[in-house]
Amino acid sequence: MNSLFTPLSWSDSGLILTGVWNTIIISVVAIVVGTVLGLIIGFARSESNKVVNALFGSVLDVLRSVPLIIQLILFSTFVGAMGSPLAPFVAGSIVLSLYTMAFMSEVFRGGFESVSPSMQTAARSLGMTKWQTIYHIRLPIGLRAVFPSWLGVSLSVIKDSALVSVIGYMELLRTSEQLISRTQQPLEILIGVGIFYFIISYPLSHYGRYVERKMAI
Amino acid sequence: MISVQNVHKSFGDLEVLKGVSLDVEKGEVVSIIGGSGSGKSTLLYCINAIEPINSGKILVDGVDVHAKETNKDKLRQKLGMVFQQWNSFPHMTVLENAALAPRIVKKMSKEEAMEIAKKELEHVGLGDKLDVYPTKMSGGQQQRLAIARALAMKPDYMLLDEVTSALDPELVGEVLDTLRLLAEEGMTMICVTHEMGFARDVSDRVAYFHQGVIAEIGEARQVITDPQNPLTQKFLSKVR
Repeated sequence: MNSLFTPLSWSDSGLILTGVWNTIIISVVAIVVGTVLGLIIGFARSESNKVVNALFGSVLDVLRSVPLIIQLILFSTFVGAMGSPLAPFVAGSIVLSLYTMAFMSEVFRGGFESVSPSMQTAARSLGMTKWQTIYHIRLPIGLRAVFPSWLGVSLSVIKDSALVSVIGYMELLRTSEQLISRTQQPLEILIGVGIFYFIISYPLSHYGRYVERKMAI
Repeated sequence: MISVQNVHKSFGDLEVLKGVSLDVEKGEVVSIIGGSGSGKSTLLYCINAIEPINSGKILVDGVDVHAKETNKDKLRQKLGMVFQQWNSFPHMTVLENAALAPRIVKKMSKEEAMEIAKKELEHVGLGDKLDVYPTKMSGGQQQRLAIARALAMKPDYMLLDEVTSALDPELVGEVLDTLRLLAEEGMTMICVTHEMGFARDVSDRVAYFHQGVIAEIGEARQVITDPQNPLTQKFLSKVR
């Protein structure tokens, strides 16, 4: 019964750190994969015609409109029912990455479309090829314009990763729930967990503001 | 030499160029005047292959601009263009703006490109702004940057599309002075402009565009001060 009164004993810190680590890992995977895919789709959407856009758009709309928790449960139940259940980390990474991708693609599309056609014409008039214009003008200007939004999506992905606990992934929230059920001290533990999320997110947003200032255009 | 031969150009149902022919010799400065929608800017865009044409031919040093086999990116290297909107690249310093194209298009070394860019920036009077970001500069300064950026590619021709129209009145002078300097140095230029004084004093010839055709073309001073075509007379009386 000792642990009832010492919820943050040394033996528990190992569990909590595992949770912290797992939260960081799945967030990084989702942000990296979501950013890369979002960049590609966002660029394609800013370039392509209405039909392609409508097709892409409706898929992205579903990903963005259905609550993440439902997507997680549906996906892991579905692949489980198909006979080849995935590890919670894998299933969670896939769903969270696609979910992130849906938001990121809109962010990047907005950024690419914010670079005026006349700016690109000016670049082409200097003899730059289409791809040189994209690489040297459109990409850097568009990315700078959307950096704050990108950071916002990334920060919310870190927090949203808590939902992956519903399919059994041992991230920070899930580990804390286990501790709570053992110790019956939800207040202390949840405050502690909240502080951990803050410690992960705050430096990021702080660093983001610094970067934003540095590349202000 | 730039040779425009009976060029027709439509945007959808709207025909903006209805058979335009114009020859511009090396070293010549030709100003194009005319009301808005008369097709004067479109002609510049067609010369630079930014806009395709429907029929006719445009030759730059004998190369057919709109032929399929023409490498348009390569062609544009000898046609410097400056626009009404200066379009500075906001994520680069003034020096980097001017050095970008020499570096990536002409594949110069960074030092070489910077050297040329610096020279052209000093040329247009921006030698003290090399490390400034263009958004911190006035419209006139940014437009001079656009001119230097085009010059850094060592073009044989300059196409200038109403380069002072978007500027505050007090900034127009510095840009016109820069163009005057270029003209004196023998740069071949086609200037679409609303500055009649500039057209009269700096250019060799002036062409008056009216509804997609050249209504009058001739020696600059003569067209501006003593136009023969009643349409030109009417336009100039309204502008003054």
